Amino acid sequence: MGILSKEEAQAILKKALSFSKADECEVSLSGSQGGNIRYARNAVSTAGDMSSMGLAISSTFGKKTGSATINEFDDASLEKVVRRSEELAQLAPANPEYVTLEGPKTFAESITFNPATAAITPDIRAEAVRKSLEVAKAAKLEAAGFLENTTSFSAIMNSKGLFAYNKDTDVSFSVTTRNQAGTGSGYVSNSFNDISKLDTLALTKIAAGKANGSAGARAIEPGKYTVILEPLAASDMLSNLVRSFDARGAEEGRSFMSKKGGGARLGEQLFNEQVNIYSDPFNPDLPGATWNGDGLPIERTSWVEKGVVKNLSYSRFWAQKKGVKPIPGAGRIIMEGGSASLEDLIKSTEKGILVTRFWYIRSVDPQTLLQTGLTRDGTFYIENGKIMFPIKNFRFNESPIIMLNNVEALGKPERNGNMIVPPMKIRDFTFSSLSDAV
Amino acid sequence: MKRSEFLYLSGLGAGAFMLPGLSLMGKSIDPAQALDVVDVRIKKALADVALNAARSKGASYADIRIGRYLNQFVSTRENRVLGVTNTESYGVGIRVIADGCWGFASSNNVEKEDIAKLAERAVAVAKANAKIQGEPVKLAPQKGYGEVSWKSPIERNAFEVPVKEKVELLLSTNAIAMQGGASFVNSVILAVNEQKYFASTDGSYIDQDIHRIYPNFTVTKIDRSTGKFDTIRSLSTPMGMGYEYLDPKESSKVRGIVTRYKDRYDILEDIKSATVKVDEKMKAKSVEPGKYDMVLDPSHLWLTIHESVGHPTELDRVLGYEANFAGTSFLSLERMNSKKFNFGNKLVNVVADKTQKGSLGAVGYDDEGVACKKWDIVKDGILVNFQATRDQAHMIGLNESQGCSYAQSWQDVQFQRMPNISLLPGKEKLSVDDLIKNVEKGIYIIGDGSFSIDQQRYNFQFGGQMFYEIKEGKIVGMLKDVAYQSNTQEFWNACGAICDESDYRLGGAFNDGKGQPSQSNAVSHGCSTTRFNGVNVINTARKI
Repeated sequence: MGILSKEEAQAILKKALSFSKADECEVSLSGSQGGNIRYARNAVSTAGDMSSMGLAISSTFGKKTGSATINEFDDASLEKVVRRSEELAQLAPANPEYVTLEGPKTFAESITFNPATAAITPDIRAEAVRKSLEVAKAAKLEAAGFLENTTSFSAIMNSKGLFAYNKDTDVSFSVTTRNQAGTGSGYVSNSFNDISKLDTLALTKIAAGKANGSAGARAIEPGKYTVILEPLAASDMLSNLVRSFDARGAEEGRSFMSKKGGGARLGEQLFNEQVNIYSDPFNPDLPGATWNGDGLPIERTSWVEKGVVKNLSYSRFWAQKKGVKPIPGAGRIIMEGGSASLEDLIKSTEKGILVTRFWYIRSVDPQTLLQTGLTRDGTFYIENGKIMFPIKNFRFNESPIIMLNNVEALGKPERNGNMIVPPMKIRDFTFSSLSDAV
Repeated sequence: MKRSEFLYLSGLGAGAFMLPGLSLMGKSIDPAQALDVVDVRIKKALADVALNAARSKGASYADIRIGRYLNQFVSTRENRVLGVTNTESYGVGIRVIADGCWGFASSNNVEKEDIAKLAERAVAVAKANAKIQGEPVKLAPQKGYGEVSWKSPIERNAFEVPVKEKVELLLSTNAIAMQGGASFVNSVILAVNEQKYFASTDGSYIDQDIHRIYPNFTVTKIDRSTGKFDTIRSLSTPMGMGYEYLDPKESSKVRGIVTRYKDRYDILEDIKSATVKVDEKMKAKSVEPGKYDMVLDPSHLWLTIHESVGHPTELDRVLGYEANFAGTSFLSLERMNSKKFNFGNKLVNVVADKTQKGSLGAVGYDDEGVACKKWDIVKDGILVNFQATRDQAHMIGLNESQGCSYAQSWQDVQFQRMPNISLLPGKEKLSVDDLIKNVEKGIYIIGDGSFSIDQQRYNFQFGGQMFYEIKEGKIVGMLKDVAYQSNTQEFWNACGAICDESDYRLGGAFNDGKGQPSQSNAVSHGCSTTRFNGVNVINTARKI
């Protein structure tokens, strides 16, 4: 079935709702199509083309909810799925956390759909990968990479009159280049809403430079160092932090955001004054939907201002219980920076370590958000403002909270995955052991 | 978003259950619908349409997987049910070789006309990529099995157990924790059923019905005055079993400082114990960093085996196919072919086994129609083999696949995934008590915790659930803030003793992640309690 227009989606949702006899009912419809190429050892390894679509319905009597879904969209099938969800609702235990559905709202039009990205064919993907392979082969490196494009739509409607629709495109590319001896490795990855911004040739050249530059790494002692984190490495460190910006966990006492004696550390200065974090669905480099599955608008939200925590997410249930406005979670975040380039940050460093990316980050202690992980694909020693030589990878044990307190300088932000973050210069970053991995 | 190794299942948390939107695992359905099955004759007719269409468009090989994947989540916290969700995902994936290159296409439209078009799309993808292909794909020979079937040897289908029974069990579990002074408790039962039909141009038509289950809880204790909190998770493990896993049996209990479980789990006894232990853990002494002999229970060691033995012996990692995501391996074809590489010392014997009853990886046939088997990976400490699929077998001099192909759903392409990888028990009689008696300065770890390992599987760090200090052969009390760091080869060469088979148990995970787009694989790892000498322990406490 592929991608439905707003009108086509609305007609199916309206039809389904017309069969409802429940106190409250909500229906959602979503579909996606896209494809990918995976390559390794300088050749294609797997490739595919995928599409799917489905409709889900929830019916509620009192606080008893039942859900069912279907992937046929004729009238008889739609009626059948509504009846099934209603039968299930009657059998379900009452959910004390059920909150009445959101009423009708007008959501701003998103900027998430790009027609050129939606028009990507297997041949366009193959051509983009050919360019990447060309760079790797010319540099006598082995490339392994992945290119994937997706077009998707989603729509919701409920018995209180709410309707929302969004259409989205995305293309993502990553490549690792390694030298024949296995002593050097480089990596680059990025995601775009608009295919015209993707340049697999230029990106592969960056990875190739890292692969050649990281060969022959020397071991230096683990310990506390000033680090320059490239935007990719910085975004790796921030993922867990962002997931913890939730009011319920904090107020229940089981989050680093919990306050001694009870409550959340909202309004406290938790980070260095240079730290400003927000989300904004209208950022052209990181566009997002303007509503979420609960029927809440997604708006520009400030999470941290000058190091002070300004907002935490509130689910609809927790917001109602606390008498505040619900706030959707911090999905796609943007951290502000300055105008300095990565090179400027290196130039200002007397002694330090440049980190391309981190790998296998896992939480060690949720109390302090301490996490462990390793550097990967290009780690370099800096002295007197210059990259001196590649160094062996390190394991670190560090908390992003401590890290964001130790900010020395921030550079110009860049998108990586679903975040926009600046390169960062951080003092006293804790490396705890050496790794032989390349 | 970057996803790596174990995939986060947090997207399936409490909130997700209440949404009508499609979950990660499929669409939601009602429980009764989960008991329907698709007639095997219909699947064979659809398969023949796909295989014929692929061949007529120029494919030299084709396979089709028609899959129906069912999940049930019953999720509770304290005295309430957060969600009861049944999901179903039904569709078809067609894989072909055309012009020497792989192509794949999948769709949830399972009608004859759609399937023929889908086969054409798979061929078109293969032909587009053949232009940038290197060596043509070479498949190990595989005889067709004709029409065959396989079913997990379960005693009680979890999907036939009324939701009410599951809800009551979980709420009783939670009540024990709350009465015992816990601040919060979450508990879940996850049940999985994969109904997979595979057919290929080699003449196989394989129908399989696979079941898995994972009951678990987390108990949380909070000290409001200090703002501190701690948790302990259940000592259950995901199993390739039916609901019988939740029927307690005395002979399946391993008694000791904490009761642990074999092929039957007693959730009510375990929550009672965890509620007491979480209190002790909060008051425990913070560990002094340094070298310790580590005594690792199977509920912990399975994960160390998974990360440090399972992943580096995956042939796709050794060859570089995972270089852009999960990484490569410190092992090489040369190291394996030399038959001299000391992966561990002589005590260390590791097998790959996709036939082990009750394990997550047990199936009759893999996802490219190869009958499952068992083989050595490490023999008397020496690396002797890897894990391979049909298109990789020739690269390690094999004439047949080892049956390691798997796809998480019809929607995803199959590729090399880890079979159950297990450490064999010690040959000499040795109990856990006797093993601990010989430890001067050590730490006994029960349950898995934080885990991290580098992209070539050298340097790792693991935490746990419960840590006990051992002094002069005796357990003297609980510790906290413990993590150990080591290097894979050093660690397995520091293996000091392995308990006998009476202590052997499985541990495992539903969500081992690999590949791009990332896919989950369910895998078990068996072992007995094992001692490792002189391992580096760090203290993970921090002030913020």
